[in-house]
Amino acid sequence: MTPFTTLTGIAAPLLRDNVDTDAIIPSREMKSTGRTGLADGLFAPWRYSEGRTPNPDFVLNQPDFARAPILLSGTNFGCGSSREHAVWALAEHGIRCVIAESFAPIFAANCIRNGLLPVVMPQEAVRALTGQMVTVDLAGQSVSANGQSWTFAMDAEPKAMLLEGLDAIDLTLKSLPDIDRWTREDRAARPWVYLENNA
Amino acid sequence: MTGPRTLVDKIWDAHLVSQTASGASLIAIDRVFLHERTGASALKSMAAAGRPVRDPARVFAVMDHIVDTRPGRGDQTLMPGGQAFITETREAALAAGITLFDVTDLDQGITHVISPELGIVLPGLTLVAPDSHTCTQGALGALAWGIGSSEAEHAMATGVLRLSRPKTMRVTFTGSLAPHVSAKDMALHLLATHGAGGGAGHAVEFAGPAVAALDMEARMTLCNMATEFAAMTGIIAPDELTFDWLAGRRYAPLQFDGPVWSDLKSDDGARFDREIVIDASSIAPMISWGTSPEHSIAVDAVVPQGPDRAHSYVGLEPGVRLAGTPIDVAFIGSCTNSRLSDLRRAAALVKGRRIAASIKAALVVPGSSAVKRAAEAEGLDQIFRDAGFEWRESGCSLCFYAGGEGFAPGSRTISTTNRNFEGRQGPGIRTHIASPETVAASALAGAIADPRRLS
Ligand code: SF4
Repeated sequence: MTPFTTLTGIAAPLLRDNVDTDAIIPSREMKSTGRTGLADGLFAPWRYSEGRTPNPDFVLNQPDFARAPILLSGTNFGCGSSREHAVWALAEHGIRCVIAESFAPIFAANCIRNGLLPVVMPQEAVRALTGQMVTVDLAGQSVSANGQSWTFAMDAEPKAMLLEGLDAIDLTLKSLPDIDRWTREDRAARPWVYLENNA
Repeated sequence: MTGPRTLVDKIWDAHLVSQTASGASLIAIDRVFLHERTGASALKSMAAAGRPVRDPARVFAVMDHIVDTRPGRGDQTLMPGGQAFITETREAALAAGITLFDVTDLDQGITHVISPELGIVLPGLTLVAPDSHTCTQGALGALAWGIGSSEAEHAMATGVLRLSRPKTMRVTFTGSLAPHVSAKDMALHLLATHGAGGGAGHAVEFAGPAVAALDMEARMTLCNMATEFAAMTGIIAPDELTFDWLAGRRYAPLQFDGPVWSDLKSDDGARFDREIVIDASSIAPMISWGTSPEHSIAVDAVVPQGPDRAHSYVGLEPGVRLAGTPIDVAFIGSCTNSRLSDLRRAAALVKGRRIAASIKAALVVPGSSAVKRAAEAEGLDQIFRDAGFEWRESGCSLCFYAGGEGFAPGSRTISTTNRNFEGRQGPGIRTHIASPETVAASALAGAIADPRRLS
């Protein structure tokens, strides 16, 4: 996974609440069981008018924001379906950071696993970043633009995962002896959990 | 932890394998459930990385999302490219050695309907699935929650997830529900009063006399919509009803004796990070008017002022009365409201009546093949058919749109599902979510209707 350290770029405003993953990538745009080929379907219902022509009103169709690596939004961003395709589509389009007033939990976890940084900031701060050249510094947990700067909260574990671009599974497999020991004891204590394979 | 603990904390502590250097917890995962929409990609990606499933006996998969629901179905589906999801899931499941409930299997059904039905989810277990409505299964007293595909791979490859402990919230429903008001209305009421982001960061325990009075299926309906509340999950402490309901199901123990089971409840004096109390007797039949489940009101109320986008999408101005608004489509199904008791309640209203001639489509889609057989055994299918409904095979069906079955943009549907997002049921479709009773009454009237007025 590509590490996330700092990022400087234009911040594109999608300032509405409850942007759901059906809007980020509609189910009909998930055309294969793979993780790629999704950027074209990103925000399809809003990005395209009839006949799949670009809707000039949609923020990512405006020349200033077409290549923006930072997306701004309101509360509960990424709510709805757990589809990780929402994060894959954003990443494939070139978004590396979403700054919102709050996130749906599954979406935020999916971001961390794919090198995307979800930043929670209060409404006035999000608004102040609109259309600005913004610098995000993960190590310092700060966002700055136009001479102003803000800090944001972040748990130590996801921060480390992003900063170092770690693969969570590889990391966890290092704890395999702990997991094996725990499982052996648990199997004795809760035998009903451990099923026979009848596949 | 010492002192009185919440149910969520007890299950968390019982599954704590170790603590990571950066403060996260490795939490053991007892069950993983996959479906064909997101499952094949997780299994394929693991196979490509050369990572086996650690304990295949505890991983299950089912075809529910894009499988056809028309009678006589096979692998073919109306969704463009959909068949590949079905065949690739089948191949990947076989290769990984996990248990698959295939398209024509007697046990096929929606993930969150069949997992309880088969006793795969059990009180005190951790269960994850790459599906946001996994929280439904918290109704059995399990810690069950939705994750992404990468996390599903992680759980299958390692047997654990790396997590930080959620905050806890208790939502207590006091009093009792009025006639024709059900668990769906409780969920919509909570969303309307506390917002779609109201549960963010929390695992929510539903408690109180009105929750204890719910049957098991209604408890699943209530927990189902915890994800709509942005909660990590919902959970209800198991009681006699839970244990009796589960005992002897295929993957469940025959009996639940002993302290391991009886301790699965929040201790007296346990502290929650947040508490909400709602008087259940104040809840009316609810219906959504807008494009978020938080845009919900009593079925006899007027549309409030909401975001302009929502009003223009649904074509309803503030101040108009929802009741009486003509509808095009009625849908009874989904992991929220497709179990036998849901179908019985809708059938009781529909019996001996006809749906309005103006309705373009009315569908009943049982939540599982077992639900379908049970409903047919008591003649519910005939009641729905006689009234003008289509009776389908089990699956997610019209709950979401993947390019297959759909309706003209601007069509108005009333639906027992959980999401009324823009485009959730197809481009331009306007969705109103409500209980099975409210959907049934509206289908008969051809317009949004109050089930209390039909008797
Ligand atoms: S019925 Fe709807 S909400 Fe439930 S699992 Fe299927 S698609 Fe998701």
